Amino acid sequence: MALLQISEPGMTSAPHQHRLAAGIDLGTTHSLVATVRSGSADTLADSQQQHLLPSVVHYSKDRPPLVGLEALAKANKDPLNTLASVKRLMGRGQNDLATIDGHLPYQFAETDSSVPRIQTVAGAVSAIEVSAEILKALRQRAEDSLGDILSGVVITVPAYFDDAQREATRDAAKLANLTVYRLINEPTAAAIAYGLDQQTSGTIAVYDLGGGTFDISILRLSKGVFEVLSTGGNSALGGDDFDYAIAEWILQQLPNAVADDQALLRQCLTLARQAKETLSHHETTEITLDHWQGTLSRTNFEALIAPLVKKTLSSCRRALRDAKLNKDEIDDVILVGGSTRVPSVREAVNAFFERTAHSKLDPDKVVAIGAARQADILAGNKPDQEMLLLDVIPLSLGIEMMGGLVDKVIHRNTAIPITRAQEFTTFKDGQTALSIHILQGERETVETNRSLGKFVLHGIPPMVAGAARIKVTFQVDADGLLNVDAQELTTGTRSNIEIKPSYGLTDNEIETMLRSSIDNAQDDVELRSLREQQIEARRTLEALNAAMESDDETLLSEEERQQLYAGHSELAATCKTSEDSEVIKAAIKKLEKSAEFYVERRMNSSVKKAMAGQQINDI
Amino acid sequence: MGITMTEAAASRVKTFIEKRGKGVGLRLGVKTMGCSGMGYVIEFADEVDEQDEVFEFHNVKVIVDPKSLIYLDGTEVDFTREGLNEGFKFNNPNEKDSCGCGESFTV
Repeated sequence: MALLQISEPGMTSAPHQHRLAAGIDLGTTHSLVATVRSGSADTLADSQQQHLLPSVVHYSKDRPPLVGLEALAKANKDPLNTLASVKRLMGRGQNDLATIDGHLPYQFAETDSSVPRIQTVAGAVSAIEVSAEILKALRQRAEDSLGDILSGVVITVPAYFDDAQREATRDAAKLANLTVYRLINEPTAAAIAYGLDQQTSGTIAVYDLGGGTFDISILRLSKGVFEVLSTGGNSALGGDDFDYAIAEWILQQLPNAVADDQALLRQCLTLARQAKETLSHHETTEITLDHWQGTLSRTNFEALIAPLVKKTLSSCRRALRDAKLNKDEIDDVILVGGSTRVPSVREAVNAFFERTAHSKLDPDKVVAIGAARQADILAGNKPDQEMLLLDVIPLSLGIEMMGGLVDKVIHRNTAIPITRAQEFTTFKDGQTALSIHILQGERETVETNRSLGKFVLHGIPPMVAGAARIKVTFQVDADGLLNVDAQELTTGTRSNIEIKPSYGLTDNEIETMLRSSIDNAQDDVELRSLREQQIEARRTLEALNAAMESDDETLLSEEERQQLYAGHSELAATCKTSEDSEVIKAAIKKLEKSAEFYVERRMNSSVKKAMAGQQINDI
Repeated sequence: MGITMTEAAASRVKTFIEKRGKGVGLRLGVKTMGCSGMGYVIEFADEVDEQDEVFEFHNVKVIVDPKSLIYLDGTEVDFTREGLNEGFKFNNPNEKDSCGCGESFTV
């Protein structure tokens, strides 16, 4: 008979109707899957009692890919077909390869596609496909442990992941046949694991020192919404560097070590890792290598890694500065990642933030546990919606206006999911199509923001400029993915686009974009008003042209006509040469004034036309 | 009439209630549902109703409503592991037939 789990009061599901949900921490070096059983969240182990699945996939010619420890075992013998750390490639284009920190020892296939593909004996594979293999292994483990099919998962991603990287993660889940309830930020998941989401508000620092990466995130929680205030870190610094520090120390101690002896280095690294782990619980450790024997004390070890720890702290300082916070404004500090087990790391973090960091939960599991708790709620296994966790968009989303200006439709830090609509109109008489250009960023002009996509709304009925009503709706779903829909309201013609940007932004780029919007705020405002006046001038010129072309000769004398043409050219010239919005504004005013008599005459004439042949009673 | 609970099951229930942070005990019952007619209910209990029967095993309160007790009389609740999966198991002498998966049963 089936094995049952305890439900919340009144939440027992009918047989075969289980809503089994899992949280997945898809990490650079390790991945985990966790679930809530009988009200308590924990990670799931494989049959060898291993909770951590190395994020490594080995491809071979005639058998399905190996994942995890089995794949890792092939790394030395068959390095080119053993793929690790592909998370660094998620959502990246060919052009991004050069900018990725950390060494990726792969042969990239020659391809036309914008996504880099790694050459293996089983063919060229993308980071998405490799990640899908890892997710499949985790899904299998979860379904074996739960005895049924998973109905959905929550997958965690770094807070700095942009739309492209998030979309790539979703694609990997799709390939692994998983339904994604939501993607949530890793630091947010850590905060949920510690139950901090149950508080009404707070500022949280999440210090995540993994095997190969370091991330610091500052979050603000208010009314159930986690907002990422700042992120920072180093994508090529982690516990592996601690191992290298010890290994180098061992090599120095060896009486006759040969430089560049790879086998010896690997041996030293294995010993180093063991020594590091021992020193988390003991004051000294003995290291034996061939005929050499040495003792490493915790004090020695701490001295070896001190420069690395110091680097992480300066990232913390920067993150605080970016969030415009002082240390004493941080309410909670959370430790994530196996390397935070090292006592001196903990002490350094505690000393830096001047408080004791949360470290009760296993730092390797905390992100997966938080994701599992979120998944359990999204699956509907909790009675009264205790929390509907929300995230915010990191950069504003907007649309290109005439003159290369950006009109923001959704502002940054808006909680998602969100739908916002704005009405736009046509610029020219008889305009039948409208190009919609979607941009991301905080600056005022198109060139200074990031282009996300473009599409054209056709089929607008010909009307005078400004008469068409086009409703543009921006919809950002719970995963931060954007869908833009444009509809012409009189005819109902519509067109839309789902944004899957081809290239990603790094967290540094996001930071730079934010910072430049602040640094250039004044310039931007001036530029904006200049562009606005230029557009206004063009609109006036356009309208005058259209009016004079459509009118018959009777309304204007030749002299008046020439006078208007002169005014027209004068404004056109001012518009071209002047960089001062006030000057253009004055020139527009001047033309408008000189054309006033003409506007009046046109009005009268059209009223006369409209009334011609009508009885006074009909009007 | 009565039911029993193994020590393994009781100690798991105790841990789960402690982790949950609230709850007076474990509520067991049956509900008409599923492919073979009835299914088991196993939930955290936050309150005890007047007509409920309360049993206690190894310091864990097990709460059963009188209607369900008719179907559960003589049942032993155990906690077991099958491969990677683990969970609670109902050894119910009243069960005459159950669907292939054992999630629902008839009496």
